[in-house]
Amino acid sequence: MKITNEIKDATIIITLDGELDASSSVILDEELSNPEVMKFSKILVNCENLHYISSAGLGVFISHLQRFEDAQIKLIFFNMQDKVRNVFEILGLDLLMTIVSNYEEAMTIADE
Amino acid sequence: MSNSIRVNCTKKNLKLIRDFVMEHLLTLELTDIQMNQIVLAVDEICANLIIHANSEDPTKYISLAISEHRDMVRFEITDRGLAFKRAEYKEPDLQEHVRVGKKGGVGLALVNRIMDKVEFKSLGDKNTCLLYKKIK
Repeated sequence: MKITNEIKDATIIITLDGELDASSSVILDEELSNPEVMKFSKILVNCENLHYISSAGLGVFISHLQRFEDAQIKLIFFNMQDKVRNVFEILGLDLLMTIVSNYEEAMTIADE
Repeated sequence: MSNSIRVNCTKKNLKLIRDFVMEHLLTLELTDIQMNQIVLAVDEICANLIIHANSEDPTKYISLAISEHRDMVRFEITDRGLAFKRAEYKEPDLQEHVRVGKKGGVGLALVNRIMDKVEFKSLGDKNTCLLYKKIK
């Protein structure tokens, strides 16, 4: 799993590249636990190259969601592959999290 | 092609297991979503066995065997760690997980929703998990 960040004003775009399983999800948890992340008002997660997610990867997002909501930070996923989105849907997580088609849509929602 | 694999209990081996399952299922012409779901279910069980039942002890092993029975694929996963107590299992309340910031506890819910049948058996110190998925 490779994670890269891009900062645009009050938005941080986190790009995930690879597979998020019980072994690799620790890196994502460290990334989202970084206090610097809390300085942004929007976290956009680019999932274009996220090829796989297991419950460990989902668990990382679940565990940070309330903290972000409490801090009024928007967490938005975009460019998610169908098979990865399906994993969110199996648990109904697509109803608790914001998943949109592409970057433009993510930016529009983030600015609302 | 061999239909079984044995790996020691380190999380890095989960990728090896996923690749093994995927390679084995290639001939079944599943959709991307079907393939991913099945690989995920096996991965979730193996991750639980490696992490929870065997405490990531690299001197311990888990085995996976795949077989086909008419319209069904069967996955048999065995280990000699702590047996899973299904009677104590409760389906997760996701909203509660979000509220308290809980990281784990949703893997088996995925398995139960993906697979057509999930069984756990223990005989002596040997534990077996059987997963069944209809494919046609």
